[in-house]
Amino acid sequence: MARFLLVARDAGDWSEAAGDISPEQIEAILSRYNTWSEKLVKAGKLEAGEKLADGEGRQLSAQNGLVRVLDGPHSASKEVVGGFWILNADDYEDAVKLASDCPHLEFGTLEIRKIEEIPA
Amino acid sequence: MSVEGVVDRLFRRSARQLVAAIARALGPGHITLAEEVVQDALVKALETWPYRGVPANPRGWLYRVALNRGLDVLRRDAVLRDRLLRLPATDTIDAAVADPDPFADDELAMIFMCSHPVLTPDARVALTLKVAAGFSVDEIAAAFLAEPATIAQRIVRAKRMLVQRGIEFEIPDPIDARDRLESVLEALYLMFNEGYDARGGPRAVREELCLEAIRLGELLVRRREVRTPEVHALLSLMCLQASRLPARYDANGDLILLGDQDRGRWDRNLIARGMRHLSEASTGDRLTAYHVEAAIAAAHALAPDDRSTDWSYILGLYDRLLLVAPSPVVELNRAVAVAHVQGPAQAIDALLPLLEYPAMRRYYLLPALLGAFHDELGNVPQAVHWYEAALKLPCNDAERRYLERKRAAALAR
Repeated sequence: MARFLLVARDAGDWSEAAGDISPEQIEAILSRYNTWSEKLVKAGKLEAGEKLADGEGRQLSAQNGLVRVLDGPHSASKEVVGGFWILNADDYEDAVKLASDCPHLEFGTLEIRKIEEIPA
Repeated sequence: MSVEGVVDRLFRRSARQLVAAIARALGPGHITLAEEVVQDALVKALETWPYRGVPANPRGWLYRVALNRGLDVLRRDAVLRDRLLRLPATDTIDAAVADPDPFADDELAMIFMCSHPVLTPDARVALTLKVAAGFSVDEIAAAFLAEPATIAQRIVRAKRMLVQRGIEFEIPDPIDARDRLESVLEALYLMFNEGYDARGGPRAVREELCLEAIRLGELLVRRREVRTPEVHALLSLMCLQASRLPARYDANGDLILLGDQDRGRWDRNLIARGMRHLSEASTGDRLTAYHVEAAIAAAHALAPDDRSTDWSYILGLYDRLLLVAPSPVVELNRAVAVAHVQGPAQAIDALLPLLEYPAMRRYYLLPALLGAFHDELGNVPQAVHWYEAALKLPCNDAERRYLERKRAAALAR
């Protein structure tokens, strides 16, 4: 068993449509997510999940010993990371299987990265 | 708790309860703000719960998020206007969230405000549906067969009126409650009938109108100062009528009349609730129209089949109803009982004078019944004449198909 980072990207335009979305639609979407996550929780496959705050973050880089801080990434053109989950899976194949019915795929893309664990 | 248990039907109900609770916390002038911040909180849930899961107390979570947002907006406002605000202390919020049904009183206060006598009956119902029951403008417009813009305007005006008149957001004193209660019951019954009199609009929404009117009515009887026999009578009437909802349409969506309904499909639970309310209703000394109408509905609910219906008892009840609340519509319904007890010819005699009322001349059910009674007597030309007259008047698709079937059947004889 290994841990995998499941990164959710989307167009970052949730809040624009938010005023028009009805409680029933919200309920419908959330209950799909819940069906998915509950299944994983029951199987001991879902370890954590967090939503990242909307808006730009900070990009840091070092040049000649100076740290440069930039606002960004800018979300206007491309997809942004909306949040992430940490899954317990046997291998990539298993992780892909767990992620493939995640409702997020209706709204954006998912990236799976295995977390490197060095047995000490 | 199972996930379905948490999320299932949480949102519409939570949304309206939260609007009431937040409006109460922020003050009666801030209904619109309350609606906005509750929507914001729901969207926040939509954004974060997929990752973090449903919180242990989802309604408490939504309440805190909405209230904090509302307070932020008001504080900003208050700074701008340099005005002092009475804001609820955090411990009140905690107490409210800890209560198993913390919002019942808020909802009740909201119902009283939305049904305030300064508003016209139409405005009361629209506002109650929007703010207390959480229906969207489009759904209300569909139920009323009105333009969404008309309904939106009606709601905006009603809110403005409440602010201008400084109507308080509270459950009235026991002394005032009785007067105020009548207008609340009127709004609830109108809401129920909007759903029950199938005038068109999506069926699911219409049935939810009925159930919501019952739910709000049952909130009323939880409070001693507004727990009157009259409220129980209205609740009994609504429960008993709503018990027939599952049997009123066939698979094609066509209307099935009372006599032809499969009584096995009537909702036993609602009938039982209706009968309980009816027995609570009989404790007072005041006989209202709701009482008599509930008794009529009970007579139908308790008859195992159409044939064993006690029509002479029902006819007697209609006679009493005419004394309590005389109206041509009651006379029309009474004529159905007359047909069963005395025969179709007598029923026709009872109906014909109703054609004198201008409003009744626009009501399709009057010629439809005249057609049916002539049909029973074998007077085919008159039956067809009246069915055709009925078809020229406004009615919904199911009713229209029903009349067309009846006319075709008469012509085939």
